Amino acid sequence: MKITLNVWRQNGPNDKGRFETYVRTDVSEHMSFLEMLDVVNDDLESQGKEPIVFEHDCREGICGACGFMINGVPHGHRARTTTCQLHMREFKDGAEITIEPFRAKGFPVVKDLMVDRSAFDRIIQAGGYISIRTGSTVDANATPIGKEIADQAFDAATCIGCGACVASCPNAAAMLFTGAKLSHLNLMPQGQPERYQRTQDMVTAMDAEDFGHCSNFGECTVVCPKGISLDVIAQMNRDHLRAQWKLRSS
Amino acid sequence: MQVQVADTPLQSNAPTGDIRTAWDRHRFDIKVVNPANKRKYTVIVVGSGLAGASAAATLAELGYNVLCFCFQDSPRRAHSIAAQGGINAAKNYQNDGDSIWRLFYDTVKGGDYRARESNVYRLAQVSVNIIDQAVGQGVPFAREYGGMLANRSFGGALVSRTFYARGQTGQQLLLGAYQALSRQIADGNVTMFPRTEMLDLVIQDGHARGIVTRNLMSGKLESYCADAVVLGSGGYSNVFYLSTNAMGCNVTAAWRAAKRGAYFANPCYTQIHPTCIPVGGSYQSKLTLMSESLRNDGRVWVPKDPKHCWDEGSGRLGADPTTLGTEQRDYYLERRYPTFGNLVPRDVASRAAKMACDEGKGVAFGGRGVYLDFAEAVGRLGKDGVAERYGNLFEMYQRITGDDPYSTPMRIYPAPHYTMGGLWVDYNLQSNVPGLFVIGEANFSDHGSNRLGASALMQGLADGYFVLPYTIGHYLAQVGARPKSTESSDFKAAEDAAEGRIKKLLGMSGTKSVDSFHRELGLKVWEHCGMARTREGLTELLGEIPKLRERFWSEVNVPGNDRGVNQSLERAGRVADFLEFAEVLALDALTREESCGGHFRVEHQTEGGEAKRNDEDFSFVSAWEYTGEDSQPVLHKEPLDFEYVKLTQRSYK
Ligand SMILES: Cc1cc2nc3c(=O)[nH]c(=O)nc-3n(C[C@H](O)[C@H](O)[C@H](O)COP(=O)(O)OP(=O)(O)OC[C@H]3O[C@@H](n4cnc5c(N)ncnc54)[C@H](O)[C@@H]3O)c2cc1C
Ligand code: FES
Repeated sequence: MKITLNVWRQNGPNDKGRFETYVRTDVSEHMSFLEMLDVVNDDLESQGKEPIVFEHDCREGICGACGFMINGVPHGHRARTTTCQLHMREFKDGAEITIEPFRAKGFPVVKDLMVDRSAFDRIIQAGGYISIRTGSTVDANATPIGKEIADQAFDAATCIGCGACVASCPNAAAMLFTGAKLSHLNLMPQGQPERYQRTQDMVTAMDAEDFGHCSNFGECTVVCPKGISLDVIAQMNRDHLRAQWKLRSS
Repeated sequence: MQVQVADTPLQSNAPTGDIRTAWDRHRFDIKVVNPANKRKYTVIVVGSGLAGASAAATLAELGYNVLCFCFQDSPRRAHSIAAQGGINAAKNYQNDGDSIWRLFYDTVKGGDYRARESNVYRLAQVSVNIIDQAVGQGVPFAREYGGMLANRSFGGALVSRTFYARGQTGQQLLLGAYQALSRQIADGNVTMFPRTEMLDLVIQDGHARGIVTRNLMSGKLESYCADAVVLGSGGYSNVFYLSTNAMGCNVTAAWRAAKRGAYFANPCYTQIHPTCIPVGGSYQSKLTLMSESLRNDGRVWVPKDPKHCWDEGSGRLGADPTTLGTEQRDYYLERRYPTFGNLVPRDVASRAAKMACDEGKGVAFGGRGVYLDFAEAVGRLGKDGVAERYGNLFEMYQRITGDDPYSTPMRIYPAPHYTMGGLWVDYNLQSNVPGLFVIGEANFSDHGSNRLGASALMQGLADGYFVLPYTIGHYLAQVGARPKSTESSDFKAAEDAAEGRIKKLLGMSGTKSVDSFHRELGLKVWEHCGMARTREGLTELLGEIPKLRERFWSEVNVPGNDRGVNQSLERAGRVADFLEFAEVLALDALTREESCGGHFRVEHQTEGGEAKRNDEDFSFVSAWEYTGEDSQPVLHKEPLDFEYVKLTQRSYK
């Protein structure tokens, strides 16, 4: 296959950045998108030029490290697929592909396609956990949890923290990410004691970062590689409302 | 091959007496740090995988001051996140006769009698606490309709003791540990250093006192001093280049510690997973695991006639498998192992696939692949029935290969997956260097020469949540809190060495990429030290590694500079370490003149072609002491005594 790539190159946070074009005629349709970039990088490196910086690790769609805009869509156009799982057979021979970093104020560009997503860690640190000490728990089967609740909580918990939701949102909101963790924990019996405080704290932390507000575009759920549903945002909003009332009255 | 063997055997420091009460007695006997003094101690934890994150969080809860490091941008992305199948625990919730004793027994036997009994028993004991802990954290394990936890049988176990969260057990367990860690970070008890790579271990007066790191964002070299150093830096499967491990997995932290005196144990015990998606072409960057559970319903076969197989000339993978009749197929596992059939253990299944492909019957790129066929299962269960069991795996397979496994057989081939070997540790998980502790896949401890499915997650979390937090106190209480300063000649020397290495790498201006060397090394190690190993092959490999290393140090090109992000430099450092480490791996394989678990020496097999152990001469752990660049490592032996488990030859006929 012949592929023409327009790649965003930016030397550092303060560099203005520009597109550079790379043409390859030896792309195999069986390559993954990142393997195609590996080939480009391998050539650059052996010529002593700096390879394109992008993040990746597991290459199995689970660590959440990879991700950039492919023709304007986070992770590319194939639904429920991370960049590392996208394969070249999804593109036509002769295709021209534009790749750029996630564009969001909350995710400053570090270099080329690499952005800083540490805001997500700070949101979790604000309350995305159940406060138990190691060894202080009861037997695992002491609290039965209905399969339905367990499955629902699981669906929310599958978030890989890649940031595609933020990148796709016209407001660069982080509601799907935050809502997913809140739904996971707030649905389960173990999560009840801290439910409202957790919601309050995580929403406050989210607001303190450079993320925008949700105005129900719904782009986030479309690009989410794990298909996390907008329900988690609705759930978060309900819990947040109740939290303000409960925390004030207690 | 002659190697120098140390005179005194290594001591495991395991308690004597009844194994069932050993851990309790040990916990009573070891020293405890006064709670009021814990704040005065600082512990460095390298790694934020299941082992590192659980240890860092628990140590912080206990009151220690913790510094935790990982190379990813967030601790949540450690390679543990990718584990699929599940985690074992002797809960016996299914009432099918499981017990601590049975899990202990299965693990020692599954490890082909090359593990330390005392450690394995403790592992089985604390396994039950791990599940309680994870559920308490909100880990959404699979449940039955009645609300109780579900289990499945995994990896040929006769009882259902595996807990799982769909195909994402590692993700959910790691997020549980990450969240516990995040809580401690928020409380100021853990200082987290993401995007920071450990480049060296610092030893002062014979004790591990700190590390030298490189900040992967700024490029700055930094030193950190502590009262103890814990390595939870994962396994070294990427020495093969192609493996199921994440791209960043490396041996650097462990190897740097080894070069500072920590013994490297059983490096030749590597696990090859039988069901992975085969290599598709020379560009291949990693291999994807397909869950072992697929063998419950899939049938493995190759065409009998090589002309229906891979054709080098045309690049054709094989004849359309659906057109081949039963008489044209060789269901070699069912033929050779009538009792276990497609469910033989990992090492047996892997070797059988290699053998079929060696005979020219491979059906994937390069002749390296066999069929895993679901036609019979679709007939029996219907497409929906199969989808219910394996839907997400089939989808993943189709996404990667473009083939639909409901209508055409999958292609699979074994791939490096896990490393049982690692830094040597005693019963306290302390290496031979006082103050250096090693946990998770990075140590060698519990799996002998073969790990059972769903036991790595168990071990990583056992180490981090329930073992290390106690045993490290014993060490700390004895040495007392010491001043923490990086202003000493030891720190300075280690920093200078790291800086020198970086300068040297950046000074290289050859014409080859870093990856090209990694690939070349991987191919050689896979060829001669992979699924089947021979004296000649290993000897050849030992001759070739130094040459490749030499070429690396003259032909590689590492562009960019040492300020800011430089991914080429990061990879170059790791590949340079693999190029050194591979030698001790090959040496270990060459000197272990027996076959056991994942280590198969062609010279040592039964008439039926199965692994043949030599208990008489090789019932020991091989722990290698680094002695310098141009000299051979010294072998330290830890004898293995089996008091509780009877040694037998495994048979799956
Ligand atoms: C595809 C796959 C599926 C698996 N499925 C299962 C399963 O179903 N059940 C099971 O029990 N096991 C499974 N395993 C094995 C299991 O996942 C691993 O053995 C285990 O997760 C290792 O955990 P760890 O904490 O020791 O290391 P890791 O999770 O690898 O963590 C290593 C940590 O060390 C850090 N690190 C490494 N080097 C450095 C350095 N130089 N400087 C700073 N930080 C460093 C990394 O950043 C990371 O945080 C699977 C493995 C794979 C590859
Ligand atoms: S590299 Fe891990 S999700 Fe893509």
